[in-house]
Amino acid sequence: MRKLSDTKPVGVIGAGNFGSTVANLLARHRNVLLYARDEKVIKRILEKGENRGHKMSKHITPTNDLQYLAEQCDIIFPIVPSAHFRAMMKKLSPHLHPYHILIHGTKGLDITLPKGQTIETVAKLNRDQVKTMSEVIREESVVVRVGCLAGPNLSKELEARHPAATVIASPFNEVLSIGKRLLRNDRFQVYGNNELIGVELAGVLKNIIAIASGALSGMGYGENARGLLISRGVVEIIHLGRALGGKTKAFLGVAGIGDLVATSNSSFSRNFQVGYKLAQGMTLKEILESMDEVAEGINTVRIMKKCADYYKVRAPITNTIYQVLFEDLTVKQALNYLMRYPLNVDIDFID
Amino acid sequence: MAVEVLEKKNKNKRYKPILEGIPDWPVYQLSKNRKEFIEEVANHSLARIKEMRPTRKQLLDELEATVYREQQRMKRNRWRVDPQDEPRFWSKIKNDLIELTAKPLDENTQREEELLKRIVQRYANEIAGNFNPSSYKFAREIIKFWFARLLNAARVKKFGAIFRNQYTLRDKIQIVGKVKQLRKLAKKGTIVMVPTHFSNLDSILIGWVIHSLGLPAFIYGAGLNLFNIKIIAYFMNSLGAYKVDRRKKNLPYLETLKMYSSLAIQKGAHSLFFPGGTRSRSGMIEKMLKLGLLSTATEAQRNIYLNTPEGVEAQKIFVVPVTLNYHFVLEAPELIDEYLSVKGQDRYLPEQDKYGSWQLLQFLFKFITKGSNISVSIGRPLDIMGNYVDDEGHSMDAQDRIIHTRDYFLSNGHITIDKQREDEYTRMLSQRIVAEYHRINRVFASHLVAFVAFELWQRKYAKLDLFGLLRLPEEELEIDYAEFRKTCKRVRKQIYRLKKDDKVNYATHLKGKIDLVIRHGLESVGTFHLKRPLLMNKQGNIITRDLNTLYYYHNRLVGYELEKII
Repeated sequence: MRKLSDTKPVGVIGAGNFGSTVANLLARHRNVLLYARDEKVIKRILEKGENRGHKMSKHITPTNDLQYLAEQCDIIFPIVPSAHFRAMMKKLSPHLHPYHILIHGTKGLDITLPKGQTIETVAKLNRDQVKTMSEVIREESVVVRVGCLAGPNLSKELEARHPAATVIASPFNEVLSIGKRLLRNDRFQVYGNNELIGVELAGVLKNIIAIASGALSGMGYGENARGLLISRGVVEIIHLGRALGGKTKAFLGVAGIGDLVATSNSSFSRNFQVGYKLAQGMTLKEILESMDEVAEGINTVRIMKKCADYYKVRAPITNTIYQVLFEDLTVKQALNYLMRYPLNVDIDFID
Repeated sequence: MAVEVLEKKNKNKRYKPILEGIPDWPVYQLSKNRKEFIEEVANHSLARIKEMRPTRKQLLDELEATVYREQQRMKRNRWRVDPQDEPRFWSKIKNDLIELTAKPLDENTQREEELLKRIVQRYANEIAGNFNPSSYKFAREIIKFWFARLLNAARVKKFGAIFRNQYTLRDKIQIVGKVKQLRKLAKKGTIVMVPTHFSNLDSILIGWVIHSLGLPAFIYGAGLNLFNIKIIAYFMNSLGAYKVDRRKKNLPYLETLKMYSSLAIQKGAHSLFFPGGTRSRSGMIEKMLKLGLLSTATEAQRNIYLNTPEGVEAQKIFVVPVTLNYHFVLEAPELIDEYLSVKGQDRYLPEQDKYGSWQLLQFLFKFITKGSNISVSIGRPLDIMGNYVDDEGHSMDAQDRIIHTRDYFLSNGHITIDKQREDEYTRMLSQRIVAEYHRINRVFASHLVAFVAFELWQRKYAKLDLFGLLRLPEEELEIDYAEFRKTCKRVRKQIYRLKKDDKVNYATHLKGKIDLVIRHGLESVGTFHLKRPLLMNKQGNIITRDLNTLYYYHNRLVGYELEKII
């Protein structure tokens, strides 16, 4: 059934946790070229067939040559942290052509600030400066057939072959069907969605709630509290997401609620870990030092707090998490504040 | 006239034709083989519709819907141009159809195909233009000759001046922008020109522009309603127009229309249509384009690549956005009334043309003998994906690297036909065209004064919504000149800034002393309307006699966030 040799390999850029997982999923169907910046990672995969605790499929070939990867592969999955995404695209772009298809798996936002400014000092933050990864791809390259991976994809569970699902979003049905063909297996369901921006934002924004959920667990609170948080979290995400140009529908599916529930309950989630450790009394600095990969949620909170100001969206969870992360509000104070917050309308976004 | 001083000396020059004789023109080739071409369009459309409605049941449903809609149209909305034999044709189709549907479903599909073919052939004949070289030349000379006579008679106020040739249309209509590149690319590939649409006169104006740029005649998508006006119908026919009937929304018609455009482009005929569909009712630059005809450019380009062997250079299609800038739009009061009456509701707008041949001639006379210049901005040519192209016709990316347009149609190394993908491409192209419209739009003094006056009133009555504001009695509205002047100056400064960022363009007369600019603006804005939208009263303050029409002219500058600095 599988014909590995007679088709071009598929490219994956970024050998982090999720990158390695996606490479393994793809390798069940096709040969995979996996780009890693770090020579040591490449060596380890070649010699030991292992990376970050993932056993790497023998159909995966590591490389540190972006040009070679772009020449060999028509279909590429860039999965690098949002902070490096644009720089990576600038390097990749000269080798890309309009026939390339890019499906990214990065749940973060890109911001462009004037020189010398930070998110905190800049006067305002809006959609002129804040971009999703698909928008970065469009801005930096000639590639138009762009998509994203979203949904509850906790790497560890996927590696353990627990049942799971993902969403591929793209305005192009062609991209959806290619993504489905490449990723689907008996334990992994793939849904298609045409609302690219909405799905990207759902994946990005849910990390804010994941941090808050981790904090609840860290305080030792139970599931009533989490039920409250998640349902209010969905409302907040939808308001924020709509302000940034996403459609409500995208937030109610697998990429929205599905992902939110998964990450808000899982100690495997890095963003959840951040909240958990905050509640345990660790400082942000200590937490960051203890982690080997970026928790995208931290930056997302910074960006979204500023955006909420600009778009005049009420975002109490984002704002209090921000104060816990970057100011000296304790988790306990934050929870007290949120519990007293006058939220008298349950749902106001569906007619 | 003070106005004339403000306008930089018109550097419009005469352009030599890029193709010598009319027989070389693609549009002529097309009309010479008109019969064969119509047959080709009909056959291709038939095949396409059968593809879209593969089962007998689906096809019959489609035919029934078509017949029903056509009969409704004939009952409710018949036009002068509609052919006499129409009712007979459709009742025959209807009878045949009833006979057919009575039969069991599993019989062979030959008969309904035959019915569909009759319909499609009829549509193809209706749509097809009839370019005729001798009447083209004749119409061209008429326009040139009479315009010149009128101009000279009016400008040089001496008896006998009517026979002078000192002024020509070229002095009246400024053409700015990428003219040279357009001429160059018209020799290399196929041009698809997509102008903004404000007035029924656009069609004639753009015809003149194409001729005076030395380009061969284009095939033209013109609203059938225009053909109700005899004088325009005459010119349109001789300019090679094909007819777009917006009343007909049935599938066979739409597919035939698109096929006509697509095949003509594939044959290398330079084309022109108004992608906004109808005239802008609000006076705003189009924000949403109709994707139907636009998609034929994408499809044609794909087919050209599909039919050209690799390695051989394929004919490329260049999309050229054009904005037409007026001080005055004849139909403005009616257009804005229609806009306001349907704002917020999405209902069908019947085409109403209050102006017959006589009114148009009167207007033309006024237009020519009085001020009111027009400018036409030719935008940078784009490929069908909205990438800029260079003088050689290469598509360029933001970093000035060459893009192979063919690559957009590749899947797994091969050109594939993917309708959904191309629909998305068309949508992307339409967004690029809209952005280009705003960028090449030339701001006139009349736009500036209309915008500032309306915004100032809006701010003064901030508590009223648009309709509340428009209901205010005009006599109560007055703006102090000093305040008006100050605001005009500030907005003009912002327009300069936008121009620096390449976000808009402005006419040369916008520069200079602000008092003169304001005077020019007031003199020109909607100058021939019965009720002037903006003028100065005896105290030297700004007043209006028709707020709705002022709103229309104001709308031209919507979309630049200028209201934020009022």
